[in-house]
Amino acid sequence: MVMEDSDAPHHLLLLRAFMAQGVVHKQPLLFAAPMKEPRSFLGALPAPVASSKEDARQRAMGGGAAGDGRASDEGLRIAWQYRKYFGDERNSNAEHRDNKQEFSHDFDLRKPLERHLLNAQHIECLSTQDVDTLHDLQNRSSAFLSKHQRKEGGNLSAGRIAIQSLCAPQCGYFGKDWDMVSFLRSLKAMVRSSNAVAIITFPYTVLSDSFCKRWQHLADTLLSIKAIPDEDKDLAKLLTGYQDMVGFLHVHKVAQTNSQVPVILEASTFSLKLRKRRSLVLERLNQAPVDGSSGPSSGGSGSCSSSTQGSQLDF
Amino acid sequence: PPPQLEAEMEEYGAGDLLSEAMCAGARVVVVEDCVEAPAAFVLHLLLKRALAAGGGGGGGAALLALAQPFSHYDRVLRKMGCNLSMHRKSERLHFFDLQGFPGGTQGGAIADSLAQLYSAVQRVVETCRAGENAGRFTVMIDDVSLLEVAANGSADDVLDFLHYCVTLTSEMNCSLVVLIHEDIYSSEDGVGLLAHLRYIADLVIKAAPLSTGLATDVHGQLSVVNKGMLIEQRPAKGQKVWSFHFKVKENGADFFYPGSRH
Repeated sequence: MVMEDSDAPHHLLLLRAFMAQGVVHKQPLLFAAPMKEPRSFLGALPAPVASSKEDARQRAMGGGAAGDGRASDEGLRIAWQYRKYFGDERNSNAEHRDNKQEFSHDFDLRKPLERHLLNAQHIECLSTQDVDTLHDLQNRSSAFLSKHQRKEGGNLSAGRIAIQSLCAPQCGYFGKDWDMVSFLRSLKAMVRSSNAVAIITFPYTVLSDSFCKRWQHLADTLLSIKAIPDEDKDLAKLLTGYQDMVGFLHVHKVAQTNSQVPVILEASTFSLKLRKRRSLVLERLNQAPVDGSSGPSSGGSGSCSSSTQGSQLDF
Repeated sequence: PPPQLEAEMEEYGAGDLLSEAMCAGARVVVVEDCVEAPAAFVLHLLLKRALAAGGGGGGGAALLALAQPFSHYDRVLRKMGCNLSMHRKSERLHFFDLQGFPGGTQGGAIADSLAQLYSAVQRVVETCRAGENAGRFTVMIDDVSLLEVAANGSADDVLDFLHYCVTLTSEMNCSLVVLIHEDIYSSEDGVGLLAHLRYIADLVIKAAPLSTGLATDVHGQLSVVNKGMLIEQRPAKGQKVWSFHFKVKENGADFFYPGSRH
């Protein structure tokens, strides 16, 4: 789940990449948004960057940095690195040459996906605007997920559910707090037993603190986005590459499926950068070390509430 | 103690700070956590101990699971050396899959569904007590905040259900362990679910983050408050409040005082 910054639409960058990747790999997609015509949003999905044969070969060999010493300036990419699960690369290349097996894509945000890809049957869209209950979304999600139950022996077909701004004021069911959290609980259980992933963004500031916490607890993985201003001299001094940065992505928690051990990341805050306005890059943000003491916790160290006194990096 | 005895002690829960802190005979245990410091691991530990074959009598447990499917608990506890599938088959563990609870039509009253659930739990407890299994029985709820969502916000109905479960603890020699997300209620006015639970608890175990956040060697701090009476209505002996750090591992958890880790 992704906590939106209501001042900026950067969560859409994540959704576009998530959805585009699904479309490119012909994975079933269910998209819901508080728009009159959610299907029109598909026109904003970015096309993969056309890669040369050299790039493809290099990627198949496991990454840019190793072999020829040329440093990769890609940083982190939003991708599921399935590559490592295919044992013998030679086999997988031979079998899947036609299927464009590469799972990790760079997307060109200035270029829309080809139209014919968007007309596929496995792409469903649903509007959450002007509907006064979540029944329809729940039923459609249930039907979508039941088509993708997990099978023994595994299957490579994964379903994707993308829900934009689930609690936005434009949604007809806005204000029905218990209904919304009930829907989330139900969706979580359905997704868990299926071969699908759901990404839900939400403008958390319209929720009460109490319900915001309920939503946060329900998330397996919880992210938040904060926009940064265009011209901040202090930040420009602190951060390299500030000109390309549009915001920060913070990882509050990571899914612990089948495990009780928390996932500790080396860095939990990333900068969202738009390279040449066309590719989205996440880069680890190195902050000055926090003064650690083993005293009692002041609580709320992961608080999502915006603080008027805190620094821009504090969120 | 020699390594083998230490391993045994660890397996049955003796000898760590949490067991020391938990007074024997606590009937109602409330575990509190927050987004930054989840405490499901405490439930897993207590479940493992509840099912452990210590003392010859053997234990039994009923897990009312709203948060996760059985497969999750099975895999987690397996890594801790406890085979839930086996316990479920031998009916030492009664697993209630409540991910879809109450299910059915929206029209049905939640009070009825909760009453039915309580009857089912009561039957299980009675059956266990009647059998040769004279050991302690534990009813565990993961978690109460989700039960409130299932009840569509009716905290009164959830409280009624919990009070019935509490009566089981005195009538049937069993204990009740519940997990609740404390940060959901901290902004609320008035006396809600959390306040009620704290009131009826014999023991409150609360997980909180450190001010420095998550680190690889310390995941948070646990405070244990012994507030209740033992059987015979005598006040709980020993130290009332304990506070220490914890680190969660796949096979359990380490508890230690700050600065004492080697």
